[in-house]
Formats: sequence, C-alpha cells, structure tokens
Amino acid sequence: MPELNASVPPGPLAEKWDNHKFDTKLVAPQNRRKFQIIVVGTGLAGGAAAATLGEMGYNVKAFCFQDSPRRAHSIAAQGGINAAKNYKSDGDSVHRLFYDTIKGGDYRAREANVHRLAEISTQIIDQCVAQGVPFAREYGGLLDNRSFGGAQVSRTFYARGQTGQQLELGAYQALSRQVELGSVKMYPRTEMLDLVMKDGRAVGIVVRDLVTGEITSHSAHAVVLATGGYGNVFFLSTNAKGSNVTATWRAHKRGAYFANPCYTQIHPTCIPVSGDYQSKLTLMSESLRNDGRVWVPKAKGDKRPANQIPDAERDYYLERRYPSFGNLVPRDVASRAAKVVVDEGYGVGEIANGVYLDFADAIRRLGRATIEQRYGNLFDMYAKITGDNPYEVPMRIYPAVHYTMGGLWVDYNLMSNIPGLFVIGEANFSDHGANRLGASALMQGLADGYFVLPTTIAGELATQLNQPPVSTDSAEFRAAEQSVKDGISRLLGIKGSRTVDSFHRQLGKTMWEHCGMARNTAGLTAALKEIGQLREEFWSDVRVLGENESLNQSLEKAGRVADFLELGELMCQDALHREESCGGHFREEHQTPDGEALRDDDNFAYVAAWEFAGAGRPGVLHKEDLNFEFVHLAQRSYK
Amino acid sequence: MSKNLNLTLRVWRQRGPADSGAFGTYKADGINDDMSFLEMLDVVNERLIGDGKDPIAFDHDCREGICGSCGFVIDGRPHGPQPGTTVCQLHMRHFNDGDDITVEPWRAAAFPIIKDLVVSRAPFDKIIQAGGYISAPTGAARDANSTLIPKPTADLAFDAAACIGCGACVAACPNGAAQLFTSAKIAHLNLLPQGQPERWSRVTSMVEVMESYFGSCTNYRECEAVCPKGISIDFIAKMNRDFLQAKFRDKKKLAGGPLGDAG
Repeated sequence: MPELNASVPPGPLAEKWDNHKFDTKLVAPQNRRKFQIIVVGTGLAGGAAAATLGEMGYNVKAFCFQDSPRRAHSIAAQGGINAAKNYKSDGDSVHRLFYDTIKGGDYRAREANVHRLAEISTQIIDQCVAQGVPFAREYGGLLDNRSFGGAQVSRTFYARGQTGQQLELGAYQALSRQVELGSVKMYPRTEMLDLVMKDGRAVGIVVRDLVTGEITSHSAHAVVLATGGYGNVFFLSTNAKGSNVTATWRAHKRGAYFANPCYTQIHPTCIPVSGDYQSKLTLMSESLRNDGRVWVPKAKGDKRPANQIPDAERDYYLERRYPSFGNLVPRDVASRAAKVVVDEGYGVGEIANGVYLDFADAIRRLGRATIEQRYGNLFDMYAKITGDNPYEVPMRIYPAVHYTMGGLWVDYNLMSNIPGLFVIGEANFSDHGANRLGASALMQGLADGYFVLPTTIAGELATQLNQPPVSTDSAEFRAAEQSVKDGISRLLGIKGSRTVDSFHRQLGKTMWEHCGMARNTAGLTAALKEIGQLREEFWSDVRVLGENESLNQSLEKAGRVADFLELGELMCQDALHREESCGGHFREEHQTPDGEALRDDDNFAYVAAWEFAGAGRPGVLHKEDLNFEFVHLAQRSYK
Repeated sequence: MSKNLNLTLRVWRQRGPADSGAFGTYKADGINDDMSFLEMLDVVNERLIGDGKDPIAFDHDCREGICGSCGFVIDGRPHGPQPGTTVCQLHMRHFNDGDDITVEPWRAAAFPIIKDLVVSRAPFDKIIQAGGYISAPTGAARDANSTLIPKPTADLAFDAAACIGCGACVAACPNGAAQLFTSAKIAHLNLLPQGQPERWSRVTSMVEVMESYFGSCTNYRECEAVCPKGISIDFIAKMNRDFLQAKFRDKKKLAGGPLGDAG
C-alpha cells in the first residue's frame, strides 16, 4: 500500500506555516500573467481564491452553476466565523483555537493544517472588515463576539444570523472587481462535468453551459475545485438543492483520492421533517444554543403543550449530561443526544420527532427586544416554515445532515494526489477531522481561498513556467468531451419510468437509515446491497425528458444523482471499514458505557483515502497516518 | 394540523428566449398545506414527468430565502401574497382549497426569459462589477478593531447589505427600474468608513451602468412593498443625494477645487 505523503513542513508547529511560505517557490509578478488558473465554484473558498489570484495577476477563469457567483451556498451560513482574536480577553489564543478544533474533530485531523487555520483566522476578520463586511458591533464601535459549541471562549464573529451571506457577498464583490478589471473571466450557469488529465497532471476541465447545453473545454496550468460538500447524497439536508458532488466525484474517477467520505456532520438544530413531500431541511443556527435551552418532557409521550409542562417535569438533558458545556456541546454530541431521547420515545411534536429549543428563560432574562436583535431573522424563518411563533412556544428541532468533513484528499499545500489539481473549502477533507465545530466552515473556506491556496499554488505553478497550457484541441480534451457527451446521451436515452427525484429520495432514505447518525455492520452491509441495486435500476429505468440543447433541469439532476449513487457506496464502504467511533462517525459496536464515541487510536489514527476502482467495485484504500506531535490524544469529554 | 388543497395553476410556459410563450393550466390536487410553494411545484413537476410532459423550469437553490435564486410573480405580485417572503419560504397554508393561482416569470426588459419562469439577471452582476465593492487587496488589511464603527451605522449598513439580489424590485416596478437593488449596495458601502475613499466614484459608475440596462425610478414605491428583505427606499434617496454630490464635486474639481475622491 503506497504511503500518502502530506508534505507537512518540518519544524515546530507554530513556525511551520511561516517557514513554508518562505521555502515555497514564488512566481514573480511579471510572470503571473503567463499562467491560466481554473477555479470551479464561487462560494467562500472559490470566490475568495479567484478574487485573490486575479488580484495577484494570474489569469483566472471562474465557474459556477448558479446564475450569479453571489448565490453559492456559503451564502446560507447563518451563525458566524471563528477567529482567535481574543478581543474578549477570555483566554483565547491561536493555540486554544487549534486545540479546540483538533479536539472537536475527535483527533482525526492533521495537526499542521489545523494550526495554520487557527493562525490565519485573525487575518480573515481583518480582511473582511476592510472589505466592508458589516459584522455585529457593540455600542462603543468595537466588534462583538458570541460563543459556539465546543468552545469555552467567545470567539465567534457574526452578522446577525446571516454571517455567511455577508462574507459571501464580500468575496463576490472582490471577485466582481476582478471581473471588471479583466483578470477573472466569469462563467455562470456552467457546470463542470469532467477533469482532463495529461501525463498524470490535471490540465483542464470540460463544462456544460446549462442554458444552451454546449459542451466546451477549458485548459489551465492548475485546476482548483471549490465545489462544496456532498450532504445532498442524503436527499434531505440543509444544503441548497443544487449542491452536488459531481465536480469532485468526476475528479475522483480520474484518479483523485476521496478521503474520509463517511465523516458527515449531522447538525443538531434543524426544523424536523413534516411530510413525504419535504424537499430540504432548514437549519436553525447553532448560535441559538447560546440562549436557548434544549429539553424534552420527563414523561414519555407527554402530549401537553410545552408551556403547560412545569420545569420539574422537563429533562434538560444536555445540561444534565454535560454540565460544563451544557447546551453548547459540539454538534455530534448534541445530535446523538437528541436521537437518544427521541428513539426512547420522549420526542415532541405531532409525530414525536423533535426536541424543544426553548427561549422562555432568555426572554425573561434579557427581554424580547434583545432576543429579536440577536436572532430575529431566524425566528421569522422558523415562524414562516412551521406556522408557530417561537417567541411564545419553544422551537421544535431535530438533527439533520449539514456538512461533510470528508472530501478529496489534499496535502499541506491543498493539492490533491493529482499534480495541478487543488481542492479547497468543504470540497477537501482537511481541517475538521471527524467533526467540525460550529463557525469553522466559514473560517476554513476563507482561509483556504484568501490566504493558503494563493501562496501554495505558486510552488506548483513555478514548475510550469513558460510552458503553454495544453491545447483544448488535443486528444485528451477531445476524449473527455466525448465521454461527457456520451454520458448525457445515455441518460437521455434510457427513457424509463421513474423520475430522478424518486431515485434520489430512495438513496437518501437508505443513507439516512444506515449511514446517518448511528451505523452498524448489518445496516451498512444492507445499504451497500440496496445502493448497488438502486444504481442498476437507475441506469435502466430513469426517465429524463427533453434534450441536451436547452435548459434541462432534469438532466442536470440526473447527472448529479448518478454520481451520488456511486458516492453513497463509497461512504458506506468507508463507514464499514472504520471499526471505531469518532466524531460524526458513530459505530454502535464501538461506544463507551455511557454512550459516547469510542475511538481506536491504535488502529484508526489515519486518513482513509480511497482510489476509484470502477463503479460498483470497492475502492482501493490508501492511508495517511496522523501523527500527533503536539496534542495528547484523549477521550473527548465535555462533561 | 395540516390539510389538503386542490388548486388550479396557470403557469407561463416558454421554451426559450425566442419562443413567444403562453399560459399552461395544471391541476394541483392533494397539496398538503405545510408544503412550500416550491415543494408544491415539485409535486406538479413529478406528475408532469410521469405523464411524459416537460416539467416547469424555475430557479431555486437554498430554499431558505437567502440565496436570491428563486422568484416569480404569483397572482400579479412578485414572490406572492406574504410580505417579506421569498417564494421558497411561502407556504401553502396561505392559500385556500379551490384557488386558481397564476404564476409568471419576472417581467422586465433587462431580464430576458431563458425558459418558463427562469430569467437572466446578469445586469445585476454588471452593476456590482461597476463599483459595488471596496478595493481591499487580500492581506493588506489592518487590525479589524482599529476602525471603530458606531453600532447604528453598522446596523444601517447591514440593513442595506441584506439585499439578496432576487430581482423582485425590478419585476414590481412599472418602469423596470433597479434603483432599490443598486441603492442598497451603494448605501451599504458608502455608509461605512472603509467605503469612503471610493464613495463618489462608486455611486457615479454604478448608477451609470444601472441606467444603461434598466428604466428610471418615478417613486412608485412598488419595489419596497415587494422586497422580501424589507429594503427601504430611503436608500434610493441616499443614492440620489450621493450621485448629485458626486457630480457637483466633479465640477468643482474641474474648476480647480481641492476635493479629490476622498474629500
């Protein structure tokens, strides 16, 4: 089994990034215009990267499937962004953010990457404020902070409940400036459908214009994938409907390793499912746990309205089980705790599928106006969706798929195992281990996009100086275009009886049941069989109407669901092979007597990076050993 | 407790930009009133595909009212009957059994129809590209707390920045004007201390690009009434003020006055 080399620089932890920046080759300003770079995806990571690379003088082409780069799903992030500014003087530091993130990830992340992330966190806030991001402020004019799960300090910067929106618009505006200056060429409503390789290098991509159906090729010295996570494999998730795995999966099929696919984050506070027609789940920001108290009735099946249940008859189970972190335990812990009480029959609501998140105490303590100011938009959204008024009755919440820690494997430079192919943001696997802490996704996306990638990509580009990009007329591009066209013709030609959505829903149900919050050998084995059969049925019975040569949303979805069907199998395979529990990956066979995740550091302290071996065939496992030089591995405790 | 609705939809169908388009009528029976409007359309589309008919195309993505992808006109009103609500957040409990519902795309000269309810809003991106940013090269920023911003200023800037770029304001305007969208971005940036150096050039170029695509504002205030984010037309007044002041400054500059861009 070949060892994966993460190219982590030597030296003390806190000096690695600075040393590496000095040791990395540079591309001189006058040479940058000789390079073409492709960035796919325009969320926080991709938008920030394209803007920064354009600013530096590179030629950038940026692609997104949305009608405008501003709409990438980062825009929906609510709660906040972490940074070790220690503006609250509450004992925060780069080292503490590093430590919290490693621990929060249940010791399954790469130390050097996480430390770099913590170092860069402070620069991100500076950068965003300079761009005009309207973060929340105190009356004295200073920036305000709040707390998020898995931390005992206040280090989360926020912009009401729309932090992602404001950061995304900041990146979009920086990108727009470069579009105007001509350094970035923007391709909206354009979807990447293949990665083009030549002599083992990534040399370009094949895309489909979603309006005209035209298939075209784009060549570059480096390809950057910033295409987000794959939570929609579950059909129901908090992701946008268009979020998909296609770009990273097609790169995987061309040789890029997919790392830790089974690490999915189930977010504890989402609005529970209300019916079969449900098309997505809506998150209620983790920030609500600053002031909301989570509880269920102490009696099973208690159908009284919440406000008629006296305090003594309520079980504030997070405060009871985890007194020191209380309602602010990390997401994986909070989610499993909710599942336990609902499975035991304490659930609330019409179909007993939720728990309460109650603001009555906070409203009494702080007044309704303060709560409105902090969470007004979230309360409004909740009221619109459920028809309930959360100022008067507690919210009902339940965990839902939210984020995927797994993704394409990258080294310290954020380059995949394919030279020339970089992967940033949620699309890579790198910084969150087996569980991401709240307010860390925005931090990672922007760290990768603004600061890490623009530095590390130069080291790779420098080796390509004065070499023209591969011609899109070359055999490699022609072959890739043909294979994309064949794939589309095949989907349109099946003319079966079932809609794309019906397959997607069925896949999601299988994944949620067997590869969701709790997993076991029997369930995963069954899921592998079910998904294999479903994939075969899809390719013989899916109905995709219409043609390639116009806007065809069924065709778009069909291609994405075809990829999810293959990914689902890999996720189950990864979950089955990882005979331990860690973070979001909870194997029922491996738990402590009080139901916490039980790791096996002797056998599983590694990144599982899978090589594609053909659809329906088990992937080939490659391991990157995780060596903890600076952190002592311990059983996580939030008690 | 949820209940079921039987509805009749009249939906604008148009195969492409060159097609003339027409309304199609569809039965939507057994619609659970907890569904969102888009989930209702999902159900209709699944049935259409089952019948071998082309499903209705519409833009949507986050379905949380924040990405700005979705939007069409329901019974003559952009985003439908509920104030402050995008169509993805509009739920069927606001409709009655037996309702006839008319669904049309944004109608505006600057937003050509791509297919059915899908339009191109590309001119919005052009307006932002003309100056809807603060030039802050990556890595050159000073400490975030070195600039104090009074909370009321930050809050007001935020109110403007909350725009999701959906285009309802343009669709609602009898003139197809984009003043609300443009002014929201100008106000967000021009209110902040960081936005001052480019304040006058920003408003000048953004307004010029806006006017090259969109109609003129004649204070109908329809835009404010349909904005799902409650963006105030006070920002339009502020934009007009800044625009005039910028023009005035240009003249003074020509006359040899001391006022530069940052003045």
